[in-house]
Amino acid sequence: MSAQATGPARGRKLITGVIGADTHIVGSRILSMALEEAGFEIVALGAITPAEDFVKAAIETAADGIMVSSLYGQGELDCRGFRDLFIEAGLEDMLIYVGGNLVVGKQDWTDVERRFLEMGFDRAFPPNTRADQVIEVLNADFAVRSAGRRIAE
Amino acid sequence: MRGGGDMALLIDFGSTYTKLRAVDLDAGALAAAGQGPSTVTTDVTIGLEAAMADLDRHMGGLPDFQYRLASSSAAGGLRMVTVGLVKELTAEAARRAALGAGARLVGSFSYRLTEGDTVAIVDLAPDVLLLSGGTDGGNSEVILYNAARLAESPLACPVIAAGNRNAADDIHAIFGQAGKPILIAGNVMPAFQELDIDPARAAIRQVFIDRIVHAKGIDRAAEMFDAVLMPTPAAVMAGAKLLSEGTQDRPGLGPLAVVDIGGATTDVHSIAGGDPTGEGVVQYGLPEPYEKRTVEGDLGMRHNARCIVETQGADRIAAAAGVTAGAVEDWLLRIEGDVEILPERPEDVAIDAAMARAAVRIAMRRHAGSVRIAHTAAGPVTVQEGKDLTAVAALVGTGGALVHAAAPAGVLAAALGDRSDRTSLRPMNPALFVDEHYLLYAAGLLAEVAPAAAFALAMNGIRAAGGKDERRGTG
Ligand code: B12
Repeated sequence: MSAQATGPARGRKLITGVIGADTHIVGSRILSMALEEAGFEIVALGAITPAEDFVKAAIETAADGIMVSSLYGQGELDCRGFRDLFIEAGLEDMLIYVGGNLVVGKQDWTDVERRFLEMGFDRAFPPNTRADQVIEVLNADFAVRSAGRRIAE
Repeated sequence: MRGGGDMALLIDFGSTYTKLRAVDLDAGALAAAGQGPSTVTTDVTIGLEAAMADLDRHMGGLPDFQYRLASSSAAGGLRMVTVGLVKELTAEAARRAALGAGARLVGSFSYRLTEGDTVAIVDLAPDVLLLSGGTDGGNSEVILYNAARLAESPLACPVIAAGNRNAADDIHAIFGQAGKPILIAGNVMPAFQELDIDPARAAIRQVFIDRIVHAKGIDRAAEMFDAVLMPTPAAVMAGAKLLSEGTQDRPGLGPLAVVDIGGATTDVHSIAGGDPTGEGVVQYGLPEPYEKRTVEGDLGMRHNARCIVETQGADRIAAAAGVTAGAVEDWLLRIEGDVEILPERPEDVAIDAAMARAAVRIAMRRHAGSVRIAHTAAGPVTVQEGKDLTAVAALVGTGGALVHAAAPAGVLAAALGDRSDRTSLRPMNPALFVDEHYLLYAAGLLAEVAPAAAFALAMNGIRAAGGKDERRGTG
């Protein structure tokens, strides 16, 4: 059986979407389906989603987390200031992940990850991350969040 | 007493006139019209009696009307304020619901209401307030916060809550404890990017019938009619919908748009899905209502005449009318001296027509959607915002300024799209019609009780407006 949402993670509302002018919808869709099956509630924004739309959707739906995808290599440009938009909107504690194919070409992952964490993402995921792995991390993060910490070790 | 078949009386309590239309139900045609002053602010019966006397003169005796139905835009119309959460989402959905219900929107607010907002709302003194915010199961904090601010404010008007259903019980309690009228309706945005404005529209109409008709003093004349069914703009929209969809037995005109040029505003209605017609076009933004109404509060032929001229440019108006800029200014001053003035001198007629064309052009440009090119890594993508009206089958003009214009077809044609500007999705090649006797509202009211007769009335009432070559006015 595939991974399931456990404990405080169960029923959490997550927004998925592909940021910027990126049309690579498949990964975000597969991730959305897997997360929904695992017991999360999903609001899928689909491809070509402006950064502000993640914020607007999060406000209206009172979402618990954001799953940003970027595949086409312009992730670094599109994601700049993403966290700030949430801070502006009073959602500074929002759990925000990013994944896909974040940068152009093959680059050292630890370096890429550091750059995205510096931009304010709580977690960044390398190419070919499986949905099961994401669910495990979500379970761990929501568990520590209900204890007042930001993300799990 | 006039014999013959069954008759219906359709009343419009307007802001300037009380208008009557007597309709022969068997023929589905206008039998006679009557008019009196609008006296809603003093005693509505005086104006209605004057209008009935006028109708009596035209008919040579009044029949026993089978139906006597009314709409009203008197005493400022149905003045509404909307409150939502995110400006482009639930706040926009609430605005669309209010406009679709025929309201006159006097204020729109989003996010948490500040003290200043609450004071402004109380000062606006709306007839009804529509409160939205949050998808179902989504944000409830802000709508509850706003409900509490409104409940504790001196605002006395009925509030319709059409937001997150999980907050509905608490909202009900908040207003209930404050002893204030509250109505709960379905969420205008039940899920993200899902628009559902019909329940809110129905609730607005209910409040209008149950309370506003009384509050505006229209029920003083209650013995002279059966019911005031809806605000007049809602009746016009109902007429437009009927014309578009037809009845069980008779096909309608198909997707259409209506332009209604008034003294204070220019309204545009569209009855059309508005989905992209272009290949590979991506729709962006909140889904569009199939029945959509927009109101341009800055484009009124009398109360905002100067605004039309300034928006379009005085030079262009003068050039289009073939007069000097001085003549335009002169006409504006005379309008401002008497908002009921009618143009008589040829140059004033020409300026009025140029202003009407400008109002129609700008109003349709704002109502219709647009496309823009988004440059992506894979090349350009066409993104559509709003409704694509390029393929609507018909365009109907109504309202005094259009109907009484020397060349109504030319005025109406100003709403059409322009092949040199592919970004604006205005109607491209519809059949043009003029609602000559102002029957759309009457058909909309009558549709409630006698749809077949109402459809015949609407179809008989519109006149095809000119051939294709006459269409394109200048300016
Ligand atoms: C199919 C495809 C296309 C299709 C997309 C069809 C569509 N509408 O989806 C088309 C042909 C349109 C296309 C176009 C382009 N593509 Co392309 N495309 C691919 C391809 C072959 C597969 C992508 C895919 O669907 N993968 C399958 C899914 C399931 O995997 P995934 O997206 O990675 O998602 C998984 C995980 O990453 C993870 N995940 C995804 N998002 C997130 C988010 C979070 C928060 C988390 C935790 C996890 C997570 O979960 C998913 C499930 O396991 C990849 C190469 C590859 N093998 O990856 C190139 C690739 C992504 N494309 C690429 C490029 C360059 C382009 C174009 C720019 C090409 C061009 N010049 O025209 C355009 C860009 C178009 C645009 N504006 O977006 C490059 C990107 C290079 C880079 N990042 O440096 C790639 C990597 C190919 C390459 N090696 O060069 N592409």
